[in-house]
Amino acid sequence: MKNNSRNNDERRYKQAVDQLTGIAETIYAQIDKGQIPKMVIPLRTKSNIKFDPKTSVWKYGKASGARTAKKLKGAQMLLRTMYMLEFIEDMIDENKSSTLREMYYISEGWEKAKFEAQEESNLLAEDLEIITGCLREDFKLRPEENGASILGNVTITEYDRKGRKKKINCRDDVGDSGYGIPYNVEKDKITINDVDADFILAIETGGMFDRLIENGFDEDANAILVHLKGQPARSTRRFIKRLNEEQGIPVATFTDGDPWSFRIHASIAYGAIKTAHISEYLATPATEFVGITATDILQYKLPTDKLTDRDIQALKAELTDPRFNDSFWKSEIETMLEIGKKAEQQALAKYGLDYVTDKYLPEKLAEIDLLK
Amino acid sequence: MSSIAEEMAKKQKEISVAEFFEKNKHILGFDSAPRALITAVKEAVDNSLDACEEAGILPELQIQVEKVDQNDFKVITEDNGPGIIKKQIPNIFARLLYGSRFHSIRQARGQQGIGISAVVMYAQLTTGKPAKIWSKTSNAHAANYLELRLDTKKNQPEILNEDFVIWEKDHGTKLEVQLKGKYIGGKQSIIEYLKGTAIVNPHARITYIPPDDPMIVFERATENMPPTTKEVKPHPEGIELGELISMAKNSHADKMSSFLVEDFSRISNRVAREILDIAKVPQGRKPKEMTLEQAKSILSAIKEVKIMAPETDCLSPIGPSLIKKGLKNVLGDVKADFYAPPMSRDPSVYAGNPFIVEVGIVYGGQLNKQDQVQILRFANRVPLMYQQGACVITKAVESVDWRRYGLEQRGGYGIPYGPAIILVHVASSKIPFTSESKEAIADIEQIKQEIELALKACGRTLKTHLSKVSRREKTRLKFEIVAEILPKIAEKSAKIVRKPIPKLGGTITKIMNIVWVDDKIEFEKKKHKVEINVYNYTPANRSMELIIVLPNNGAKLTKAKPEPVIEKEGQVLLWPIKKLSSTESAKINFELSGLDKDSYDENEIYVTGIDPLYIIGAEPLPGDWDIEKLIMTETPQEEEGAEEEEEEADYDEEGEVLSDEE
Ligand SMILES: Nc1ncnc2c1ncn2[C@@H]1O[C@H](COP(=O)(O)OP(=O)(O)OP(=O)(O)O)[C@@H](O)[C@H]1O
Ligand SMILES: [Mg+2]
Repeated sequence: MKNNSRNNDERRYKQAVDQLTGIAETIYAQIDKGQIPKMVIPLRTKSNIKFDPKTSVWKYGKASGARTAKKLKGAQMLLRTMYMLEFIEDMIDENKSSTLREMYYISEGWEKAKFEAQEESNLLAEDLEIITGCLREDFKLRPEENGASILGNVTITEYDRKGRKKKINCRDDVGDSGYGIPYNVEKDKITINDVDADFILAIETGGMFDRLIENGFDEDANAILVHLKGQPARSTRRFIKRLNEEQGIPVATFTDGDPWSFRIHASIAYGAIKTAHISEYLATPATEFVGITATDILQYKLPTDKLTDRDIQALKAELTDPRFNDSFWKSEIETMLEIGKKAEQQALAKYGLDYVTDKYLPEKLAEIDLLK
Repeated sequence: MSSIAEEMAKKQKEISVAEFFEKNKHILGFDSAPRALITAVKEAVDNSLDACEEAGILPELQIQVEKVDQNDFKVITEDNGPGIIKKQIPNIFARLLYGSRFHSIRQARGQQGIGISAVVMYAQLTTGKPAKIWSKTSNAHAANYLELRLDTKKNQPEILNEDFVIWEKDHGTKLEVQLKGKYIGGKQSIIEYLKGTAIVNPHARITYIPPDDPMIVFERATENMPPTTKEVKPHPEGIELGELISMAKNSHADKMSSFLVEDFSRISNRVAREILDIAKVPQGRKPKEMTLEQAKSILSAIKEVKIMAPETDCLSPIGPSLIKKGLKNVLGDVKADFYAPPMSRDPSVYAGNPFIVEVGIVYGGQLNKQDQVQILRFANRVPLMYQQGACVITKAVESVDWRRYGLEQRGGYGIPYGPAIILVHVASSKIPFTSESKEAIADIEQIKQEIELALKACGRTLKTHLSKVSRREKTRLKFEIVAEILPKIAEKSAKIVRKPIPKLGGTITKIMNIVWVDDKIEFEKKKHKVEINVYNYTPANRSMELIIVLPNNGAKLTKAKPEPVIEKEGQVLLWPIKKLSSTESAKINFELSGLDKDSYDENEIYVTGIDPLYIIGAEPLPGDWDIEKLIMTETPQEEEGAEEEEEEADYDEEGEVLSDEE
């Protein structure tokens, strides 16, 4: 088994190296022929994500853009690409790995190809995934642990850093903060053994996650609680997807009521624009939304904050986002713009600490048949 | 103007001048406490500069404003002018409407004979203090000292005290008045007035001692006096019917023909005959007997006859090079990126008065991009501080479409926005002010038109400069790509694929795809040495003609390599450049003499015979120039070097925020 997985790894890395070298070959050949070097990449914009009926998630469409050395920015990105290729191939060669953040710092020594911000180097790593069809793990790049956690009656087996198997029950073997989701949740790292739960509730904020645990909601409702920690990391989304796919557990998201929270739901249910090339692998199509809506703000008379200019902009952008193009989201977004208000999920405490578990969630979950 | 004067004269019989003054404070420039203080300084400074110029003396002025108490200020002004003889002093300073310039046709700051006596009267009315005058003429041993009041009933001077005093100066005049006022800063302040004065009078040295702050000195930017101006007779063009009739009535001539020749400028015997023939007025008729009908026909005849433009030696324009010097001298801390070569229009006429419009533009540096452009208005070298909105200068600025010249302007009308200062100077033997306070020039069509033309001419050079700058910036970016980034890309990709580093020439010419005209000017041993390099960074051979237009300011070509074709009396130099191969360059050198350093700091380079899209560093030859006829070589057919590039979206400039995070 171990041997097998090593072979597997080697094949993956070799494929990554071949693909990456292919990029360098194209650029080399263009210069050699006296052409302007360029790379063509699918556009990562909301107008270029299309619904894939086969997988029920949103993926990049056919529109593409060019990154050419004709422009300073493009030339710089091509140079960065060359540096990154070299760096990755060296890592694979020497059997090392690095975090995305480390790679960003390493680029300090890349002179003209140095990144201005980590966001830039992360995006380029994703570009390489898109072009090669590999995953960044195949490039020996990994994200930081982001602290998302899960609490519920799920038993898994994890291979720890020394290669030892550990069986963990995510309710009984962990503290009140739950089981910390590692950055790698693939089968070579984690096997899901057994689950006893009616649904997964993915919660935006730590405050609400703790509230539900203190109120015993996980046991009363027989639910798995996942703390998303804001916009969820790939591994969090991937883990939710695996639970849903392998064990058939339905999923609902419980978020604040603002445009950013709507996007959190979208990235779990439909796929994020940024990672649309791997939506199939990260998104859980049947996910329901039980977060705060504009209608809830009015109906539950929740304490609110005024929408900021950025909030308004984000909402307006969502009106032209194909993922939100259905009557539910359209009317909720428009209502929110109309009332000019947003609310946090913890605003439910207006009616007491138990209100969320006694009234709000039961009502909401009953609407979607997750609670009787 | 004369309306007020006449009115005053009439009313003097019935009411006292003091009462009249009280009623007309606003038009005389004393309507508010801050303005009163500025007006006092301004009237004295204007007179001093006039007097110095008339006497051919380089002005050396000192202005001191002293705070006496909360509301009262002493204004002490001193010049090194010719001085005033004793007999005249009382009339000049303590009698309204006494001046030397009433009927003179020549450019001067003073026009009305009200200015300085109004200051004295205002001082007297607000503080009760007399005016103190020191004046010394060059042949006198001592200065005359007088203390004066103005008898407001009779409009007559009253001498309170007089003396002889020793004064270390050879000649000059000093005035001290005490008046109610308010000292303020900002756009309408004494210091702004003096700054403006220093810009348009670069030959003056002005020292200012403000009440609280340290002394400020505006040094001279030139040692040359403005050319002296001559008195002239009215020019026939644009003269009005009433004026013609009254001139005929008062004429000493006994025949119509000699009336026209003697009382007008630019009318020769031949022209007079022609006018009278067309008007069907007998030449021998007595001017006093000219009928209304005849006057009208003479007026229309004048329009038909070709008459020389008015004499301009009654005008004293500042001139492009001194405007630039003045601006640089006074606005040094702006650290402007660009001084558009100032424009002095040729003289023009309104109602028989010659006038000249001059414009300068200062751009960039510390000037704020978001602000409205600052307009510096001048009339006969005097800054205009008030009534900006009512002034023809402002109206002309507003009606130019500045969007064409690189400034922002909503809807193409109004005062533009951008980091610029626009200077407009109108010089005339008679400035048509809207009122006696001489703060706004009346909206006269001819003047407005001239200002607009000058603004547009200056605007074009600004635009040329700005597009040059932005093209240079684009070129710089391309150079950065091909010189610093592309070689690295090649090197890295070669290393990854384990092959030798490829040659870059082909890629470089495709990325640049320009012909770059790089010029520099060096000033050495009183000569401007110009070097121009033309680099062909396109994938194909290129041919073109390169054209240099020399300024019309006495520049002389002393050397050129290769020899240019010289056109337009030496003002246009043309070099054919044939079949410049890809990645090759051509060099042109020439030398100019006869100019001072600042008069030539930008080459005017044009190209023709090549698609202008390829050219960076030169402008396409304007189509309306007839130079093209001179060009003998045929425009070669462009070889199709580069394959057609399909337009693709730029992956890195989609501008959409990918992150869903707040
Ligand atoms: N500092 C001076 N030195 C020599 N002469 C002077 C000086 N100040 C005034 N004069 C003379 O006194 C005259 C009257 O000056 P005043 O300012 O009253 O009228 P103005 O300058 O002719 O016209 P305006 O009313 O437009 O100022 C001037 O025309 C000039 O001849
Ligand atoms: Mg005066």
